[in-house]
Amino acid sequence: MSFQAASIGATRRVVLVAALSLGACFVQGGELRFSIRSDPKTFDPLLAQDEASETVRYLTGGTLIRIDRRTQKFIPELAESWQITAGGTKVVFKLRQGVLFSDGTPFSADDVAHTFRRVMDPNLHSPVGDSFRSGPGEIKTEVQGPARIAVTFPAALAGMERLFDQLTIVSARSPKKERATLGPFVAGEHKPGSYVMFRRNPNYWKKDAAGRRLPYLDSVRADIQQNRDLELLRFKRGEVQLIDTLDPELFDRLSADSPGEARNAGASLESEMLWFNQVAAAPLPSYKKAWFRSKDFRRAVSSAINRGDLCRLAYKGHADPAAGPISGANRLWVNAKLTPHVFEPQAALARLQRGGFRLDAGTLRDPQGNVVEFSLATNSGNKTRARIAALIQQDLAKMGIRLNVVPLDFPSLIERMTRTYDYEACLLGLVNVDLDPNAQMNVWLSSAGNHQWNPKQKTPETPWEAEIDRLMLAQSSALDPKKRKAAFDRVQEIVWEEAPFLYLVNKHALAAVSRSVLNASPVALWPRLYWNPEFLQVANQMARTR
Amino acid sequence: MVFARRISILFVTLLLAGLGGATLLRLAPGFGVDERDLDSRLNAVSHEAVEAVGAGEGNVGRFYLLYLSRLAQGDLGTSRLFSRPVVELLRERLPLTMGTVLAGFAMAWAAGLALSAVSAMARNQALPFALAGFGSALLCVPSALMAVMFYRMDVPASAGVAAVIFPKVFFYSKRLFRASLAKPHVLTARAKGLGDVRVFAWHAVPPVAGELFALVGVTLALGLSAAIPLEVILDLPGIGQLAWKAALGRDLSLLVSLTLLIGAFTLVANAFADALAHATPGAGSNDNSR
Amino acid sequence: MTTAAKVAGVLLLAVVATSLAAGLLSPVSYETQFRESPNAPPCRQFPLGTDELGRDRLARLLYGSRVSLLLAPAAAGLSVALSALIGITAGYAGGWVERATMAAADLFVSLPWLFLLLTVRALIPLNVTPWASILITFLLLGVLSWAPGARVIRSGASALKRSEFALLARASGCPKPRLLWKHILPNLRPLMAAQFWIAIPVFILSEANLGMLGLGIAEPLPSWGGLLGELQDPGRIAGNPALLAPAVLLTVFLSCFQSVFSKEDK
Repeated sequence: MSFQAASIGATRRVVLVAALSLGACFVQGGELRFSIRSDPKTFDPLLAQDEASETVRYLTGGTLIRIDRRTQKFIPELAESWQITAGGTKVVFKLRQGVLFSDGTPFSADDVAHTFRRVMDPNLHSPVGDSFRSGPGEIKTEVQGPARIAVTFPAALAGMERLFDQLTIVSARSPKKERATLGPFVAGEHKPGSYVMFRRNPNYWKKDAAGRRLPYLDSVRADIQQNRDLELLRFKRGEVQLIDTLDPELFDRLSADSPGEARNAGASLESEMLWFNQVAAAPLPSYKKAWFRSKDFRRAVSSAINRGDLCRLAYKGHADPAAGPISGANRLWVNAKLTPHVFEPQAALARLQRGGFRLDAGTLRDPQGNVVEFSLATNSGNKTRARIAALIQQDLAKMGIRLNVVPLDFPSLIERMTRTYDYEACLLGLVNVDLDPNAQMNVWLSSAGNHQWNPKQKTPETPWEAEIDRLMLAQSSALDPKKRKAAFDRVQEIVWEEAPFLYLVNKHALAAVSRSVLNASPVALWPRLYWNPEFLQVANQMARTR
Repeated sequence: MVFARRISILFVTLLLAGLGGATLLRLAPGFGVDERDLDSRLNAVSHEAVEAVGAGEGNVGRFYLLYLSRLAQGDLGTSRLFSRPVVELLRERLPLTMGTVLAGFAMAWAAGLALSAVSAMARNQALPFALAGFGSALLCVPSALMAVMFYRMDVPASAGVAAVIFPKVFFYSKRLFRASLAKPHVLTARAKGLGDVRVFAWHAVPPVAGELFALVGVTLALGLSAAIPLEVILDLPGIGQLAWKAALGRDLSLLVSLTLLIGAFTLVANAFADALAHATPGAGSNDNSR
Repeated sequence: MTTAAKVAGVLLLAVVATSLAAGLLSPVSYETQFRESPNAPPCRQFPLGTDELGRDRLARLLYGSRVSLLLAPAAAGLSVALSALIGITAGYAGGWVERATMAAADLFVSLPWLFLLLTVRALIPLNVTPWASILITFLLLGVLSWAPGARVIRSGASALKRSEFALLARASGCPKPRLLWKHILPNLRPLMAAQFWIAIPVFILSEANLGMLGLGIAEPLPSWGGLLGELQDPGRIAGNPALLAPAVLLTVFLSCFQSVFSKEDK
């Protein structure tokens, strides 16, 4: 395969330098195009929270440490090296020297100190800042020279390196403020509702192995496109070159049309799960609350669900049955001993019958004679989820359980989940962007707001939730990675045993990469396709025809 | 005097529309919630801060009075969803939608009137049947499918608006034309050999002009509502997409502004249609109905 | 009655009869999932193939038409009746009543009723039976869609009121209700008929959209709206043209409906 040389950028010419693997060529310049789902809500990297803003942050921002998306290991970026001391409460960075912001302002330890001051501003409510708050008290920075800075936390912060992957360094001195960046690209024109342009950062510090300045691309254009069908259509027309997430159906269609361009990166970090409302004050009949708070009931329902069929029919085989909160894609933290709850409807029924439930002419009744019927709320407009719900409905019908599927628009659903607790069971997807269990503190702690099945408990209502609380707090301050792993493994086992969340499937990371894009290799971690934007190359786009 | 009264009715209606929109939104479930409620990275303090943002809009009456006082100064407030002034959002997106709706409206009326005339005057059954089938098919195909098919064929989105308006124009006007052509004296005139075009222009159109003009306003409003799914499906950054996002995001300032805008559009379109109907000779009387 | 209308009438009866006899005609239930044959193309066992969960498309179409053929015309009728009542009252009364009514109609068209639907969903229990939820949905659709029709009917009524024959009738002492019933209403029938049957497919499709708000027909019950909703992706239709069956059937149904009833107008 070879690519024709053609001038794409106005100032830069496409240069064919050396043949790489697969007979492909090195290409400098050009524009990469892909879609994002919405307008970025902010261009301030410290406030980024929605996916589009995080994309902006990833393409433009420079960080001290990066998580290598392929190896899941930490790599030095703006920090040449770092050292964690004082029992995990202090980190000292040695910074890279001679680095300039995109506008030419030099980078120094003052910028890091300034970034910390800004991100920890209590009025900013930055999610990055919140994740640095290890305990009550201030975070102190101490500039020890132009290229040396120490950061002290009020309490030990286990696995703190990963947090620096999200902390974009902003300039203390540049008149352009957060628009001056240290990443490979600079945000350019933003036409709301249409696209965001990114131009090459001429001052980007990184060079490739041959000593060429990165990035290779002249520009990146992120088109705002929500419709997945149209996105695939535009991909086929050559108007976009990457699709970071494909529906199983569209993936199959692309595989049939153009096998080399459909790429399955294996299990992703996304899982689908179902849970029952266990809130004591929920406006539900007490007999239903009793079911939902019974481990036997939850486990019986879990064993009645045919996860294999969910993968095969709802995902066309592009998913694996899920065992627990951590997907196999998270190599470091998954408890590999756990296997998905086995599909055994007979045993599930027997389990319920031991608890006094009985099957009467095809209808399951609880010990008091109430018909076992409940609703499953989910967000509307998600075809795959609707299929999962219909499959579960049939699986449970075989046990005599009547399941009513209720799709709701997202705000209504959130209100029921987080404010009124007026729902019985809920089916939703979960995305773990961060690999470290510390990122899930607000899910597992019984006092937390995102402890979805029964949030904001004053004291843990069950012994096993108390145990999870203890283990999570222990791992968050332990410095020995082995101890942390042991504690979190135990959390996963308790969750498997008690089933507050019924984990259903782990989706595969399905993506599309045009033949014209070089060096793109999809991974499970976000951002799946452009995790190495400085190394991406685009060959001649004219070669593609409609 | 009459004019002043009309304007004041228009104005009051519009004010009520804004208040109604705000009330409907306020009472709907999910008001004041935020997707960030599910973000487990935020701590309790930040979650409370997120919740507090929506709390200021809790009292509809107070919100609306404040909104109107700002409106008087040309300020439509700030969109909570987009974190930008509503005026800016509208200014960016209005031209696209107006272009789409008006082009679609024009296409639909041209095609609808022409084909309904042909259909009503036809002497055999095959053509009207085929046209009715075509119109019915347009009614039965979901607009989502139509939009995506048009996109694949590189047909502009206004065709989608036209496809929604066309059946309405076609079937209404066909019925109206048929009814007026079936009057005995018209049948006599045709039997005596009066030309089709003349019969149509003199006897079919004038008696029903009033109804047709009433349909003008109605179909303009219909076109605007058809733009919503179309823009959402095709990811077109227009007013329709904005309205959909405002609804899903429960964005009070934005939604009230859009309600006022759509209300003003509907009112003006209908007032215009009424004025046309009054100004057209023959439209006010139906002397052939004997 | 012309031949075309006769043919249409027979077809119409056939559609209604098959949907009523869905249980007899279809050997399998609409909810049975043949999980070993998802997305099957049309074959002897499944004449229209199966959906992605392996459910028989023919069975779903037949059962779905029951729901839609019963409820959509009912809602359309309700909507037209309201339009007529309000439109004729306004057109005939004239003056401030007419102005106020038309202002109300404009107001009604401008309001975001979506939120009312969401509120209604929040007020009814989550475990409501699918039939109750669908009944509420169509009732709301019927009630909320009076305004555009009322505007058109009003202008017709006000023109008729001023027409010579109405003046004549009034001069000869014809009582008001009789005038309305015998003279005005029949003359407005073409308008009302057009509005009625245009509303049918609109309502059938709206039901699918309302499903997104949890107000449509809940799984596993099928409806034409839900089946038509599957058509959003042309890429799939190319692979399986049988997907178009509900759209074709609805078009045939509507065309026949229209051609039968338009003849009766005369």
